[in-house]
Amino acid sequence: MTFQIKETPEIFDVVIVGSGAGGGMAAYTLTKAGAKVCLLEAGSYYDPADPQYITQMKNPWESPRRGASSTRPFGDFDAAYGGWQIDGEPYSAVKGTEFHWFRSRMLGGRTNHWGRISLRFGPNDFKRGSLTGIGDDWPIGYDDLKPFYDKTDKLIGIFGSVENMFNEPDGIFLPPPPMRLHEHFIKKAGTNLKIPVIPSRLSILTRPINNERGSCFYCSQCSRGCNKYADFSSSSVLVIPAMKTGNLTLINHAMVREVLTDQATGLATGVSYVDTKTMAEVSVRAKRVVLGASACESARLLLNSKSARFPQGLANTSGVIGKYLNDSTGASRSGFVPSLMNRDRYNEDGVGGSHIYSPWWLDNNKLDFARGYHIEYGGGMGMPGYGFGMGMQGSNGKYPYPNGEKLPAGGYGSRLREDVNRFYGAHIGMAGRGEPIPLETNYCEIDPGKVDKFGIPTLRFHYKWSDQEIMQAKHMQDTFEEMIIEMGGIPLGNKPGPETNYGLEAPGKIIHEVGTVRMGDNPNRSALNKYQQAHDVKNLFVVDAGPFVTQGDKNVTWTILASAMRTSEYIIDQVKANKI
Amino acid sequence: MKRRDLIKNITLTSVGLATAQVLPAQTESIAAGKPKKQKSNYGRTPDEVKRDEKLTSETFFTPGEMAVITRLCDIILPAEGTSPSAVQVGVPAFIEFIAKDMPYQQVPLRGGIMWLENYSRKLFGKSFVAITPANQITIVDAIAYPELATPAVSAGVAFFNLMRDLTLTGFYTTEAGFEDLGYVGNRPNNWEGPPAEVLKKFNF
Repeated sequence: MTFQIKETPEIFDVVIVGSGAGGGMAAYTLTKAGAKVCLLEAGSYYDPADPQYITQMKNPWESPRRGASSTRPFGDFDAAYGGWQIDGEPYSAVKGTEFHWFRSRMLGGRTNHWGRISLRFGPNDFKRGSLTGIGDDWPIGYDDLKPFYDKTDKLIGIFGSVENMFNEPDGIFLPPPPMRLHEHFIKKAGTNLKIPVIPSRLSILTRPINNERGSCFYCSQCSRGCNKYADFSSSSVLVIPAMKTGNLTLINHAMVREVLTDQATGLATGVSYVDTKTMAEVSVRAKRVVLGASACESARLLLNSKSARFPQGLANTSGVIGKYLNDSTGASRSGFVPSLMNRDRYNEDGVGGSHIYSPWWLDNNKLDFARGYHIEYGGGMGMPGYGFGMGMQGSNGKYPYPNGEKLPAGGYGSRLREDVNRFYGAHIGMAGRGEPIPLETNYCEIDPGKVDKFGIPTLRFHYKWSDQEIMQAKHMQDTFEEMIIEMGGIPLGNKPGPETNYGLEAPGKIIHEVGTVRMGDNPNRSALNKYQQAHDVKNLFVVDAGPFVTQGDKNVTWTILASAMRTSEYIIDQVKANKI
Repeated sequence: MKRRDLIKNITLTSVGLATAQVLPAQTESIAAGKPKKQKSNYGRTPDEVKRDEKLTSETFFTPGEMAVITRLCDIILPAEGTSPSAVQVGVPAFIEFIAKDMPYQQVPLRGGIMWLENYSRKLFGKSFVAITPANQITIVDAIAYPELATPAVSAGVAFFNLMRDLTLTGFYTTEAGFEDLGYVGNRPNNWEGPPAEVLKKFNF
């Protein structure tokens, strides 16, 4: 171990912190434009096509725990390293509040763990404040981002269907995959209940789009990373192509401590990081600094970048950094559909995730909560993994066998084989993902006196759901039950009630947190301008979801990508104009 | 063995998609002339490899406990037709691993075995594995049906539910389990929707 601070000799055009969706897109766009870029990633290298990392197409018996989630929160075969808890990298929450912070320490960050759900925000999503009187508007509108959504669609690839729904803008879509059997049931139930059920919009290549990437071969395992690069991960689609330009210097195991500034000019001069392999302190000099470390990590980094000139942390004259933290709401229910018992067998894997979803369909003016949600669906004859066949005593006494005979619940022996076989593919699930109201009182801040194993001060969270989110979850539960019954199904378990906030997941559990480095036109109320450029430091930018004023009822990855591309093109323009 | 022999082509489908699985750990050890040690081959990080090696090297259940687990697995899923039993596909060893991997399962499993042994001694004067198969079934019948069981044996019911869960999961996550279930996925294909006759059956 050494306490000498090393300095890289080169002065880069841009240093980027974080290799996820935002950092990856910035690295791609800037290196393609010829900039010399240094990309810092706190975790290890990862390439979904390199056999040493591959979990795709593995069988459950290759894992001694059969894919259970003992070491990776989404199971042994999930691509993402890390999780809500990482050894030596703690965080805390103020008593009586709760936030769970998921981090992936690897190339591509959390793009290695996501459902590839790639939704554009609609025009209304940028204007919730003025439309409803609750919350704030973005400093930009849909028209500002539309060209970048279009370019992202073409660059990365997405399937979907043209629906002409005002607040669910259509993209440039590849053909969507046909529905699975249970999805036909859901679609029919939705039609009867006037709930729209349309093809999912996922960044998966149902057709090839270039020579570097293959197309989907329907293994349903996007969450394991694709060795054909047929889905979007930041590593395969952005960072690895950026490396091929020769303009990118990727440094893994680089845990960034702070953004460095020139006290005379107030400009960013680079960043310093801890090499997690050697514990050496290293600094990288660059003419511009771009943060894509994730909403909370970028906020932490700025709050930790204190100096005489920036005593509240960097770019924080407004004091807003860390505030307005918000995660999607989430609630779910499962059901059993007796008419799907004793199914014919065929390969129903399909793409990774549901082939259908329900965009928000109601008018909140007529409801007792202010924001909408969408519904994601599950089911089908998937690959068995840990948990398969469990809880049999809950169902096998309820349904007669083909000969009309009923047996008491539970049991043992050959009937269990028949039970497993007859129930296979008859379960369905529904999960709501909704828009919360961003609140100033939900925030992260530096935890006084606490550091991680690198000596970097850690975060403390303060987060509570408001009645808006709780009433939204109540509505989700009513909808799920209606849908399951309309399908001819039986909702399982007890309907979640007020004692559990209607099954509303704890903040952070949906891993869609945004809002901690707000953008806005007023420097007294926001940290960044409408180009995600710091009001206080003109050569400092944030390209993750930290800048987002709200998150809509849309998963935010596609908006991170489009915004990061927009900011990167703005940087290129500003450099050409000699402004930064 | 030649390197290409270690490359297994899974399948080549009608749409011309191919995928190959290379076995890097074996390839490397053979190339280096080292004795083969079966290493993880599913993208483990160094920390994960270390943890799994540690768990694998440990023993949790005593031989007596393993005998009870094995007998219960055999009762829960015996061989049938061409399909092997849970014991034949190694489910007891899987349960042993789970107990080490998920410490919260240790007390319910060990305590459940103790409960069963005590119950067996009370009823038949001997350990569960030492009584006749008919007497074993008498005990299992008392705890295998949650809705019929008496409150006095509720601890046994909970234990048997756990054993049923682990046995079914352990069995159906093997090649024999896939076969029994008729699971035909996890291979490259071209998804064009459910077969026409299936859609017709449901009027879609």
